[in-house]
Amino acid sequence: MDAPETPTDGLNIVVCIKQVPDSAQIRVHPVTNTIMRQGVPTIINPYDLFALEEAMRLRDQYGGQVTVLCMGPPMAEDALRRALGLGADKAVLITDRRFAGSDTLATSFALATALTRLGADHPVDIVFTGKQTIDGDTAQVGPGIASRLELNQLTYVSAIDTLDQGKGEIVVRRRAEGGVQVLKSKLPCLITMLEGSNEIRRGSVADMLRAARAELTVWSAEEAGVEDVMMCGLRGSPTVVKRVFAPSARDEQAEMVTVEGKQPAQIGDAIIDLIFAAQPKLEADLSAALN
Amino acid sequence: MKKELPEKFRSYKHVWVFVELERGKVHPVSWELMGEGRKLADKLGVDLAGVVLGPKSDETRQAIKETYHYGADVCYICEDPALADYRNEPYTRALTDLVNTHQPEIMLLGATTLGRDLAGSVATTLKTGLTADSTELDVDDEKSLAATRPTFGGTLLCTIHTLNFRPQMATVRPRVMAMPEPDRSRSGRMVWHSLKMDEADIVTKVLEYVADATTDDANLAYADIVVAGGMGLRVPENFRLVTRLADVLGGEYGCSRPVVQKGWLPADRQIGQTGNTIRPRLYIAAGISGAIQHRVGVEGADLIVAINTDPAAKIFEFAHMGVVADALTVLPALADAFERRLGRRAMAS
Ligand SMILES: Cc1cc2nc3c(=O)[nH]c(=O)nc-3n(C[C@H](O)[C@H](O)[C@H](O)COP(=O)(O)OP(=O)(O)OC[C@H]3O[C@@H](n4cnc5c(N)ncnc54)[C@H](O)[C@@H]3O)c2cc1C
Ligand SMILES: Cc1cc2nc3c(=O)[nH]c(=O)nc-3n(C[C@H](O)[C@H](O)[C@H](O)COP(=O)(O)OP(=O)(O)OC[C@H]3O[C@@H](n4cnc5c(N)ncnc54)[C@H](O)[C@@H]3O)c2cc1C
Repeated sequence: MDAPETPTDGLNIVVCIKQVPDSAQIRVHPVTNTIMRQGVPTIINPYDLFALEEAMRLRDQYGGQVTVLCMGPPMAEDALRRALGLGADKAVLITDRRFAGSDTLATSFALATALTRLGADHPVDIVFTGKQTIDGDTAQVGPGIASRLELNQLTYVSAIDTLDQGKGEIVVRRRAEGGVQVLKSKLPCLITMLEGSNEIRRGSVADMLRAARAELTVWSAEEAGVEDVMMCGLRGSPTVVKRVFAPSARDEQAEMVTVEGKQPAQIGDAIIDLIFAAQPKLEADLSAALN
Repeated sequence: MKKELPEKFRSYKHVWVFVELERGKVHPVSWELMGEGRKLADKLGVDLAGVVLGPKSDETRQAIKETYHYGADVCYICEDPALADYRNEPYTRALTDLVNTHQPEIMLLGATTLGRDLAGSVATTLKTGLTADSTELDVDDEKSLAATRPTFGGTLLCTIHTLNFRPQMATVRPRVMAMPEPDRSRSGRMVWHSLKMDEADIVTKVLEYVADATTDDANLAYADIVVAGGMGLRVPENFRLVTRLADVLGGEYGCSRPVVQKGWLPADRQIGQTGNTIRPRLYIAAGISGAIQHRVGVEGADLIVAINTDPAAKIFEFAHMGVVADALTVLPALADAFERRLGRRAMAS
């Protein structure tokens, strides 16, 4: 299948979105303690919606187009259609059995390969990803794509202050451990968007209708541009999951404070007696710290 | 699945910990990792090394000294003005060059905004495996790093290996590992490295750094005492009972996730798998049911005291002490009792 047409002017932006199970509805089997995925609805990874909204804002301001890109099983088409309904212009699904079992290294390989193909005619200016996903939750795929494509890497971005298309310059606010860095960098870049940085728009009726009819670009590994399938999926993944198990229960029972027939003040004292009996040093340290 | 470790990786040896030095301060997660790294190195019979990147400064020198105090035998050091503020390009360059030159078998980094940004780039550049947010690290009989992390929603754990590539990389979140006691008499070898990069080659520039206001800043991860409330408190006003008890004890306050989702408290107050991991000496949880995602964030506490009206609440399965009673009564009673016990001066604070 051909690559979607790219704009001749304005920004060429790609947002990577992942389809994930809706965690709010995940249930754990009470007996086997395993996750029950059957029948769990899927959603766009919630963190990716902040990236999508920011991408669409830039497009609305500077012109250009927003393409959403997803690697996943054929049913991930749902996530892409939802993104179109929210206002994305084009959607690309890369789907292939040989992508199954990808860890983050293999995932960033597949996505970076597809991004190269997408930028063949008109280079991609900005790649957006979410901060992390709610299932794998590694936050490694964004930096992985940036390294592979040698894009300037801007992670944990809370706001884009300015964008100068002529100079290809961008100024962003990046969340660091004890503060915020204001960074000036250049396009092309990869931005991982922080949660809470904006609010996803409601799609227009026109977008919803378009999304339902739209023809998605669907690529196999070869069509996406993969030359060496050994770099995909399980075979291309250096990490190996050796064991999955349930956390063990604590042996001792909680020591219960009896409350029957006690006044609140007595309950307070009873709890404190137990706390200080268990942690004798705490009483001295607290008194010293507070007096 | 298992193949022989390729010939080119057989010389990879020793355990490395990336020492996260930002704006003159070492992130405590680095010392926590040093404690874990020491155990792995001793098990493997190899050296433990710290990697210190930063500008030439007294703070960088101090970081190097402390790296030995927390257990390192060797320090790999790159001092360059371009490393003054964290930026991905020069840090990735310095760390990948060091790995390619000195070939460690294991490399650990903190799962902070800096550590995750850097680890993802370095692992991809080196084409090796990276396990995120490990909660347990060990080496197996075949001397391979076994990194255990919670899987979906924290309900299960999985153990991940990087069998055929080196270094084996893993990140660990702050406060998941215990802080080791420093030994101020220790010192070790220094190995210097130069950053083969000029400021002119680095695209991204830091225009400004806006430090977080330190006044109302949640510092849950490193608090000695934490008091938290959950949905059992019913209305946002009742969180005053939680903050008052925290104040009396000179501790921090926090909450479960739905409290944040309701907008009653800001996100940095959330405790649990998708919030802060805490490791206080005392944790008091009021009106919190004790879901697994909450549990994994608090299990490192020395003493967990739960207040809940439901005797069957899950929290009593991992709390050390429990009170089956109304939190709205017990919280103020406890605050009053602590004030009486700890003396009048505490009342004033
Ligand atoms: C419980 C669990 C634990 C895992 N642990 C590890 C581990 O420790 N190390 C490891 O290497 N792999 C691990 N994996 C595999 C990893 O989840 C997959 O490689 C996955 O395809 C991408 O990683 P992520 O979900 O962590 O994404 P993240 O790196 O958290 O995602 C960041 C962003 O990248 C983009 N993105 C991610 N995946 C896709 C996609 N398929 N299509 C489009 N955009 C995408 C999104 O914008 C997303 O917001 C784990 C998987 C599970 C389920
Ligand atoms: C992927 C994922 C990640 C998550 N991450 C987190 C996380 O990081 N942190 C987190 O906390 N949760 C997290 N959760 C949510 C978690 O599963 C629970 O839903 C949540 O912890 C429940 O919060 P709660 O205990 O405050 O509320 P509830 O479960 O509603 O419990 C309220 C409790 O209060 C008790 N109660 C009621 N009235 C009183 C009273 N007057 N006095 C005393 N007790 C009373 C009740 O008996 C009950 O036990 C996550 C869930 C998912 C799926």
